[in-house]
Amino acid sequence: MDGMPKWADVVLIPLISLILAAILSALVILAIGESPIEALMLMIDGALGSTYGWGYTLYYATNFIFTGLAVSVAFHARMFNIGGEGQAMIGGLGVALFCLYIPWPHWSLALLGGTLGAAVFGAAWAMIPAYLQAKRGSHIVITTIMFNFIAAALLNYLLIGALKAKGMEPATEKFRETTHLPSFQDMFSFGETALFRGTPANVSFFVAILACFAVWALIWKTKLGYEIRAYGHSESAAKYAGISPTKIIMISMLISGGLAGMMAINNVQGEAERLVLNAVEGAGFIGIAVALMGRSHPFGVFLAAILFGFLYQGGAELALWTKIPREMIVVIQALVILFTGALDDMVRAPLERMFLAAQRRKKGAA
Amino acid sequence: MDLLTLLQVFDSTVRLATPLLLACLAGLFSERAGIFDIGLEGKMLAAAFLSAAVAYTTGSAWVGLGAGIMASLALSGIHGLASITFRGNQLISGVAINFLAAGLTVVVAQSWFGQGGRTPQLTGSARFEPITLPFAEALRDIPVLGPIYYELFSGHTALVYIALIFVPLTWWVLYSTRFGLRLRAVGENPAAVDTAGISVVGLRYTAVVICGVLCGIAGAYLATALQASFVKDMSAGRGYIALAALIFAKWRPWAALYACLLFGFLQALALRPDVIQSVLGFKVNAQLLDVLPYILTVIILAGFVGKAIPPRAGGEPYVKER
Repeated sequence: MDGMPKWADVVLIPLISLILAAILSALVILAIGESPIEALMLMIDGALGSTYGWGYTLYYATNFIFTGLAVSVAFHARMFNIGGEGQAMIGGLGVALFCLYIPWPHWSLALLGGTLGAAVFGAAWAMIPAYLQAKRGSHIVITTIMFNFIAAALLNYLLIGALKAKGMEPATEKFRETTHLPSFQDMFSFGETALFRGTPANVSFFVAILACFAVWALIWKTKLGYEIRAYGHSESAAKYAGISPTKIIMISMLISGGLAGMMAINNVQGEAERLVLNAVEGAGFIGIAVALMGRSHPFGVFLAAILFGFLYQGGAELALWTKIPREMIVVIQALVILFTGALDDMVRAPLERMFLAAQRRKKGAA
Repeated sequence: MDLLTLLQVFDSTVRLATPLLLACLAGLFSERAGIFDIGLEGKMLAAAFLSAAVAYTTGSAWVGLGAGIMASLALSGIHGLASITFRGNQLISGVAINFLAAGLTVVVAQSWFGQGGRTPQLTGSARFEPITLPFAEALRDIPVLGPIYYELFSGHTALVYIALIFVPLTWWVLYSTRFGLRLRAVGENPAAVDTAGISVVGLRYTAVVICGVLCGIAGAYLATALQASFVKDMSAGRGYIALAALIFAKWRPWAALYACLLFGFLQALALRPDVIQSVLGFKVNAQLLDVLPYILTVIILAGFVGKAIPPRAGGEPYVKER
């Protein structure tokens, strides 16, 4: 149906879905005996009220931009890459190996090297599921789920074995000084006034923004992007036009895995400065919510990632000051995925009918 | 290694395979009807929480079981609504359900019990007690067979036997009843079922409900039989292992039993590193045992060991022709 104008599809539907998710979340908060309004105020103040809050919000957002872009690129080829979590873990392994064993002279080179390591390792982890989908027809969703578990076990194995530093913790050695990325505090503090003090936001936020532009250019401005979208719209039409499904599946999944892996320059190289167990903390899965909300467009992903960064930092503040546990964020995330992804038609169908009726009325009047 | 150690390992195999088996059969009903369900994990988790919470409050494991099934059914309802009525993406719906359960269980547990997202310990009749099968005590002294009967077959909770009964039951329903035939047909070719004047929507909802009930039992088993309380994320990926078992079994009930026993055996072995070492003579990494189900599934999916072909209409919402 073309009854619906484009702005309604891009703005109105995600907005309504978001409002529905927010209403249900508010009901949950009410049900456990807290005030949703107070909770929201606390979240806004904690996440956006100071450069300290922003430093965390943007740090989380950086993770989600990468994983959201990863899911988006796969979505364009009509594939559901649920393995961002595992790919980001293995991306972390790539960053760790590159930072530990190569003597980088300066952070800028270390950032390039770390990005390369993260992307290559992440892409490699997506390659086997992609190959099995392309050549053997095994469902990419199932294989990427399996690979998440395999990645977790592999890291577990390495961090209590070969890569473990001295001491009790399952973690690698601290990376060399020259690989440490400048944080927002280093970059934006002038003289006495320290902004973003002690927050983990760092230069990889700008790499994430660059990645948004790169993905936008790739999907809408290149031949490959056209082929990916064509394949996503109709496999048979794409085949008829001489586009190789194997090539598209492989390439889009490699890009997707690479993007998910690149998240590691933020959380591993930028924040922890060493590889720890469970460094990804579910960011790979949040990428799904971010991509769905952002309608698989890099700008949408950027906005959705900031929103989820806000939810994450705000949620941490909530857990600190109220009796609402951190897991409330997981509930909100689930509701966003549910309404923007699975129940899309529930929001869309009545809207479409409304717009059609309005159009008919206009025609009748004319 | 003596018989008793071996029996102990097999005994915990059965214990650990039970939740996998229930969830696997749940997935079997759903996927055979053409509804992919990666939300098994979330449904188990929700059922585990509510069953433990209600069992603690009422002091009855059976009432807890009923509550667990209700929790699982509620999530099934969401899945059915999203994937049947609103023809949404079944995989995305499943992901949402998993997160919903992971978050809500902790939020509600914290609000109800204030123990950091867990329920209090269950004692006495709030838990499922092991059942000693008839004559198990009397026959115990018979060499070999006596201990096998006593250790392996007897002494499990009621839910273990229920799970085992569901295997032939599922097989019979699926292959020998009219309902089973229609259920399989709706997963392969819903248009044909529709043409025959049978409701595709009705059949699929029935399958989703059965799936919810079975996941509910699986979850209740985790919290009120296998362990004695709900703890955060206690399903621990079992829903995904069940999914792996389902593929491994190529969507067939008896094969599902064997696959779940195999994966349960791997989990049991991971708990007993001493046994592995004494049998093989070298240490096997526990992480390797943990991921073996996933690796095996990937190998199966790759088609190196037979081909796993899912129901043909799986994951596709059915749109009636007008």
